[in-house]
Amino acid sequence: MRFVLAAASLQRQGTRTLLAVLGVAISAALLLDMVMLSTGMRESFRSLLSRQGFDLRIAPRGTLPFDTDATIADASAIARTLKEHPEVDAVSPVFGASVHIARDDATIAATALGVDPAVQGDYELLEGTSLPDTMSLVASDAFLVATGARLGDTLRIAAGYDPQLRTWLGRRALVISGRARFIYLPAEQRAIALRLPVLQTMAGAPGTDRVNLFMVRLAPDADADAVQRWIEARSPRVTAVPTAVAIEQVDARLSYFRQLAYILGAVSLIVGFLLVTTLVTVSVNERVGEIAVMRAIGVSRVHIVQQIILEGLAISLAGTAIGLLLGLGTARWLNGILATFPGLPEPIDFFLFQPRAAWTALGMLVLIGIAAGIYPAWRSASLPIAATLREEAVG
Amino acid sequence: MTAMRAAERFDVAERILAARGLSRDYRLGAETVHAVRDVSLEIDAGEYVAIVGPSGCGKSTLLHLLGAIDRPDQGTLDMLGREIARLPEREATAFRLRNVGFVFQRFYLVPTLTARENIELPMAEAGLARDERAARAHELLSYVGLAGRERHRPSQLSGGEQQRVAIARALANRPSLLLADEPTGELDARTGAEVVALFDRLNADGTTLVIVTHDEELARAARRVLHMRDGSVVSDVRRAVRP
Repeated sequence: MRFVLAAASLQRQGTRTLLAVLGVAISAALLLDMVMLSTGMRESFRSLLSRQGFDLRIAPRGTLPFDTDATIADASAIARTLKEHPEVDAVSPVFGASVHIARDDATIAATALGVDPAVQGDYELLEGTSLPDTMSLVASDAFLVATGARLGDTLRIAAGYDPQLRTWLGRRALVISGRARFIYLPAEQRAIALRLPVLQTMAGAPGTDRVNLFMVRLAPDADADAVQRWIEARSPRVTAVPTAVAIEQVDARLSYFRQLAYILGAVSLIVGFLLVTTLVTVSVNERVGEIAVMRAIGVSRVHIVQQIILEGLAISLAGTAIGLLLGLGTARWLNGILATFPGLPEPIDFFLFQPRAAWTALGMLVLIGIAAGIYPAWRSASLPIAATLREEAVG
Repeated sequence: MTAMRAAERFDVAERILAARGLSRDYRLGAETVHAVRDVSLEIDAGEYVAIVGPSGCGKSTLLHLLGAIDRPDQGTLDMLGREIARLPEREATAFRLRNVGFVFQRFYLVPTLTARENIELPMAEAGLARDERAARAHELLSYVGLAGRERHRPSQLSGGEQQRVAIARALANRPSLLLADEPTGELDARTGAEVVALFDRLNADGTTLVIVTHDEELARAARRVLHMRDGSVVSDVRRAVRP
C-alpha cells in the first residue's frame, strides 16, 4: 500500500513530478559525464600506452617520448646494449621524419616512421603486408586518400629537405605494401611507415644512426624500475620511462580535468539533493492535513516516513535512469566533437564509461535522493495530529 | 433510549470508555487556551452521543482526547479496559488502528486513490490480506450505499458520497468506537440528511458513535447529548429513541 500511496502522491502533481525527475536526470547526466571525463582520458592513455605490450620507452635524456625533435645518436649500439639485459624481450626503435610525395602537380606532406617491422608497435596492419623489403611502405587511410594511391602503387618519396642546398637529401620510389592504423597518431594524419634504415638514410646524412625513441618489451614479471635504472646507468644520454610512470605523468597533466570534474560532479549531487528535498517538502506541506488524518486512523509514523521516502526514491531512480541515457548520449556527442581536436591519437576518449565508477556515482545520487526525503518525511510524520487538524480546520 | 435500555440491548453493559478529570490546555500565540476542563464521562457500547456547544468550547479537543490523537494534561482515560491517555506514540497509533474510527468534516480521502483503495488503507495498515481487504471494502461500500462506485476517485464523487466513503473507511477495521467531527459540516441539507440517516443505521446495527456537531438534525438523532461550554460539560442529556 505504501508503494500505491507514494505513486499516488507523485501522480497527483504529475507536471511537477515530471519536472523534478527531469531536473534530477540533468544532475545525473552531468554527474555521469563528469565521472566519465575524470577517468576517460587517463584510462584511454593507459590503454594506449599498454596496448602493444611495451613496458619502457627510452627517449633522449631529459625529454619525454616524442616530446621534442631530439634524437638518440648511435642507436644501433644502444639497441645492442639493451638486448644484453636478460629481462629485455624486444627492442623496437622508432625514428620520425617529415616526408613529401610528388603527386601530379602537387607535393603532399606526410609523417614517416622508421621502424623494425618484426617488433614495431606503432601501427596495426589492416590490409596487405608489413614492410616485406626496403622498397616498401605501409600507409594510413588519410595518406591514401590524400595521394589517391592504392596498395601496390609506387610513390616517389622525398625526405630531409636541406634549406642551404634547397634540395632533398633522400629520394626513393617505394611501393605501398600495406594499409595500417597508426596507433599513436591522429586518424586524419597522413602517415607512412618505412623500414628504419631506409628512413634514416633518406632523412639524414649517409650512415646516420639515430632514432627518436626505443620501445622496450620486458619478460613477464620483470622489474621495469630495475631495468630502467640499468639502462640509464649504461646509457647516460637516454631517459627510460616505464609505462606506469608515463601513465602517472599523463595523469598529472590531466589533473585539471579531474578537479573540474569533481567540482561539477559535487555540484550536480547538491543540485539533485536540493531538487528532491524541495519537491518532497512542498508535496508534504500541501497535505499535512491528509497526513494527520492518516496518522489519526492508525497509519504508523514509520509507514508515513517510508511512503514519503519512497516518493523521493522514485524521483531519484527515474531521474537517474533517464540521466544515464542522457549522460551517455551527451558524452558520445561531446566525444565526437573533442575527438576532432588536431593532434590527438585516434583511440583517445575524453569520456569513457567505466561501469564501477558510473554505478557508484549514480548510486550516490539515488542515496542522496533517499536522504533528501528523510527530513521532510520525519517532520511531517512527527507533526502533532490534533494541532494539525485544528489548524487545518481553522485554515 | 436510556443507558439502562442500551445495556439491556447489549445483554451486558460493556463500558467502552471512561474519562476522569480530563483537562487540556494549548497555546494560541501568547495566550493559553483551556480547551477542556475537568471533563468526566462514561460511554457504553451501543451509545449514540452528540457533543454540542458553541464554537471554541472544546468539543473537537475533547473528541481528539477520546480518540487518543491528543493527550490530556490531566486526567485518565480508560478505553476497553486500557488506560490510553499516556500511551507511547506507537502504542496509541496501534490502538487507534484497531479500536477507533474517525470521520472528519473535510473527508480527507486520498484524492488519487479510488473509493475502494481509500477504504482499504486502514486494513492494509492492519495487515489484512488483499482478498480480505477487497471483500470488506466491497461490503462497506454496499453498506454506505455506494456499491458500484469502487473505482471512482474522490473527485468523481459528490460531497455526501465522499463522506460516506470516509465513514466506510472509519469502519474498515471494525472499531469499537466511531468518532466524527462535524461530519455534515461541508454538506448541503439533503446530503447531510443522508449522512445523518447513515449514522442512525450504523448505531442501530450496534456501532458506538460519538459525534461533535453544530447540526441540529444530527444532534437530534443522538440518544445522548453532551452540552459543552468553555471546556466543560455543562449538561448530559439522555433521550428516548426516536420513533
